[in-house]
Amino acid sequence: MADKVAAVALPDRNPLPMSLALIAALPFLGALLPGLMIRAGRDACALAAGSVTALALILLGLNAPAVLRGQVVQTRIDWLPALGLNANFMLDGLGLLFAGLILGIGLLIILYARFYLAKSDPMGPFYTYLMLFQGAMTGIVLSDNILLLLVFWELTSLSSFLLIGYWKHLPEGRRGARMALAVTGTGGLALIGGMLILGQIAGSHDLSVILTKGEVIRASPLYLPALILILLGCFTKSAQFPFQFWLPQAMAAPTPVSAYLHSATMVKAGIFLMARLWPVLAGTPEWFYLVATTGLVTMVIGAKVALFKDDLKALLAYSTVSQLGLVTLLLGLGTAQAAAVAMFHILNHATFKAALFMCAGIVDHEAGTRDIRRLGGLRRLMPLTFALTALAALSMAGIPPLNGFLSKEMMLEEVFNAPWMGNDWIVPVLAVTGALFSVAYSFRLIAHVFLGPVRTDYPQAPHDPGPGLWGAPAVLVALVIAIGLAPMTMAGWIVRASASATIGGVPYIKIVHWHGLAAPALWMSIFAIGGGLVLLGLHPHLARLWARVPRPEGAAIFAALVGGARALAQRITDALHGGSLRVALAVATVTIVAAGFFAFATGTHAPGTRALTPILPLAVVGWLLLVSATSALVLMHRQRLLALVLVGVIGLIVSVSFVFLSAPDLALTQILVEVATVVLLLLALNFLPKRPAREGSALRKAGHAVIAAGAGLGAGGLIHALMTRDFAFPTIADYHIANAKTQGGGTNIVNVILVDFRGYDTFGEIVVLGIAALVIFALTEAILRPGPANDRLLSWVPDQSRAGDRHPMMFVIATRLLLPVALMVGVYLFLRGHNQPGGGFIAALVVAVAFLMQFMASGLGWTQARQKIDYHAMIACGVLVAVATGIGAWANGVPFLTSDYGYFTLPVVGTFELATAALFDLGVFLTVLGAVLMALSSLSRIAIRAGGTVNAAPFDIDPQAGPPSASGGR
Amino acid sequence: MELLVASGVGVLTAGGVWLILQGRSFSVILGLALLSYAVNLFIFASGRLAIGLPPILTKSTTGYTDPLTQALVLTAIVISFGMTAVIVVMALGAFLETGSDRVDIDDDSRDGL
Repeated sequence: MADKVAAVALPDRNPLPMSLALIAALPFLGALLPGLMIRAGRDACALAAGSVTALALILLGLNAPAVLRGQVVQTRIDWLPALGLNANFMLDGLGLLFAGLILGIGLLIILYARFYLAKSDPMGPFYTYLMLFQGAMTGIVLSDNILLLLVFWELTSLSSFLLIGYWKHLPEGRRGARMALAVTGTGGLALIGGMLILGQIAGSHDLSVILTKGEVIRASPLYLPALILILLGCFTKSAQFPFQFWLPQAMAAPTPVSAYLHSATMVKAGIFLMARLWPVLAGTPEWFYLVATTGLVTMVIGAKVALFKDDLKALLAYSTVSQLGLVTLLLGLGTAQAAAVAMFHILNHATFKAALFMCAGIVDHEAGTRDIRRLGGLRRLMPLTFALTALAALSMAGIPPLNGFLSKEMMLEEVFNAPWMGNDWIVPVLAVTGALFSVAYSFRLIAHVFLGPVRTDYPQAPHDPGPGLWGAPAVLVALVIAIGLAPMTMAGWIVRASASATIGGVPYIKIVHWHGLAAPALWMSIFAIGGGLVLLGLHPHLARLWARVPRPEGAAIFAALVGGARALAQRITDALHGGSLRVALAVATVTIVAAGFFAFATGTHAPGTRALTPILPLAVVGWLLLVSATSALVLMHRQRLLALVLVGVIGLIVSVSFVFLSAPDLALTQILVEVATVVLLLLALNFLPKRPAREGSALRKAGHAVIAAGAGLGAGGLIHALMTRDFAFPTIADYHIANAKTQGGGTNIVNVILVDFRGYDTFGEIVVLGIAALVIFALTEAILRPGPANDRLLSWVPDQSRAGDRHPMMFVIATRLLLPVALMVGVYLFLRGHNQPGGGFIAALVVAVAFLMQFMASGLGWTQARQKIDYHAMIACGVLVAVATGIGAWANGVPFLTSDYGYFTLPVVGTFELATAALFDLGVFLTVLGAVLMALSSLSRIAIRAGGTVNAAPFDIDPQAGPPSASGGR
Repeated sequence: MELLVASGVGVLTAGGVWLILQGRSFSVILGLALLSYAVNLFIFASGRLAIGLPPILTKSTTGYTDPLTQALVLTAIVISFGMTAVIVVMALGAFLETGSDRVDIDDDSRDGL
């Protein structure tokens, strides 16, 4: 992983070379904290999340001076250089603006959510999801590598799914989360395609390189496909027409989520990407018509729908759609000045919209509803909330001197000179229409919620909340006013920095309130405000009209599409196998065999030329045993105890053939696993029917036999063809053979591969094994819970005659004697594993079998009472030891899991070798041992529930007892 | 030897597939066990067969067999144990829950094959 860290040489060197990667990583690390801190209380939980965010914000602030001087701060970490996937981060003005918004508003949201969530809402998961999302967003805006950006992009989709569906009990929450994931996820797929094309054209996956290749990219024949795919990603994410419908559906999320994701951050990811790629993609007619038109349509439609929404959050959602359309329009215009205005409006929108969402949450929280029709007259009851909402809404309406006014005025100025298909007036007229509607819905928000007479039928008695809830929106509203009054001081610098990063030049930034009477924007503004007020006055009539006119609903169309696809899949499934596992497996097997046969029949192939190994008589005996045991198993599988013995025989022959074919490690592993498996199956068989009835017609059996024979012929034929031919390419086996000793420090090549060359794979394997053990534990818990399975166990009547002597003394004594010997063998196999057959896997199995024998001899209860090991802890220790060993390699300056070894000399003992690989192998050992024992003990717990008694003594007979005469007649 | 191994793999595969198609949880478990043997042998044999050439570095040998497929199969054996254990407990839970060890819920109404 992080094997090479180098700060790129910049005009003056970045004083904090790693800080960018750290900023992006901090929220992810912070995501671990809430789960731990929640035990210390909800305050501690919020504090932990807040501290991490604040730390990331401080780190960002430390980088800000350099960025504002015009530098680009970079951190480069080679990850998978062969794929062009590197963890490269960069911070310029654009990234600074967005990262500042994400972390700054994130901090406010953390505060707000602490007081917003009800006592019954689990707070730990909420903050974990929130921090995950924050990390993903920060990653997007700091990425310098487009592949890395895509990874973070997908992470935002996933984490927002968790956040939107946070209230799992609400069906609309689940539906909204699914829809958001489906729409943004699909867009994400398109984006992957577009970005890969872009990387292909530019010849690099680094944004800093791509951004310099604008000319080449725009001239490429692949420009248009790349543009469309990238825009699909951006438009779905930023809820642009016709993908806007998911955003209102996502309002089922808790309000802090809406305020964070759906006003300030996630929906701006699409905008961010358009701004990021602006120097490369913008400036062509295709860009203008695609982006500006979409933005314009979205702006008007969103604003119009918002006016007629009665749900406070739905109104805000559609207004967000509309405002995002405005920003998209500005970016689409393709002029440097318009892009600068877009940056300013992004900042302004984030401040007033997040504040409005939070205020809507306060109203919902305190009045018990957010239905505008049931509200009104809250001005006197919630004066503070009223003041905050009014200021933010006035800013949204574009009333001077607030910040929304400034950017809206500048927007109108920009669109005034934008011809569309040669038509000079259509863009300004539509833009004014959008502005007019946004004035109307902003005023409606104030008038219909807060003004008017006080009502008597609120669901709860409304009152202003405590400072925990109003604190965060108050900070934002303060910003709204401050930016509005002193735009150049408060925002000029960040707008200049972000705009120059977006356009790749130095823009002219001058934000003023008064442009003079000759400015067309002034008259457009006045017209919008006046028209908006008229619209508000007509609202009751218009709303009645609106309710009567049918119109296509994006969400309904989406639901119909998804429903149709689902019905089609259902029909195909029903026709194919109807949910029957057997039919499904039969169909799959036949298909695979048929495909293989088709390839074989239509391809060309020459006879094998590889020299064959001689057939030895002993091998023929083994082969006969294998074939007859398998045939017997197939014929007599209903006699299950016998079948088990036959499986044991087959496993044994397989092990022996591994020895025969130069694989001692495999043979050891196979034979030990065989023992554990047979014991496991024996335990399970106790609770399954021993001799089930014969079933199925002869015809069906014949069909199965044909399918099975086909599969067998296919598999056997394929491996025969493989073995009788030489390798088509030189294998990588030689590399492993040549380097096992020199790099891995061991002579057992298989073990060196496991713990060193392919250590990552092994690490994955033990994690999977640990998970499997936990699954078994969980399943057992489920079986032993009160329910039908548990009842059946409690009333279990043994269906086999029981042994008179459950714990035979001979057996007990023998296993007791064998235990230390077996443990010793385990240690021996473990220690020599690096150089001779053995190692962590095999040693763990030997030790597991040694313990297993104790279970069998004296029963689980007796054994566990003497064995103070928690299997969960053992598995966890194993994985942690492996991780720690892997991380230890970083201290050496080498990649994760690179092993090191050395020779040491001690008096008496002599020279010996120590390898870190042995530590990793210890992790393997612990995990495998824990997993095997967990599986077996889980099954034994089921047996105990079924009436198996726990014995107090190691064996059933009492050696002290004897005839009365022998005890001296006492 | 190649013929013996290949036919062994074939027999194990055929037996495994047949047992899985029998529709009882215990026979499915047995069938999966046979398939695991077959797959492990298959992967192992794809490194080509060698007799008396274990992949342990020594000075007195003429060569080594392919160690990589062995490493793959070694972990596969252990993982297949984990898989078997999970399926066994699942089968047990299903039987105890429903009183039937059929793998299909309603076997008779779906007499497809």
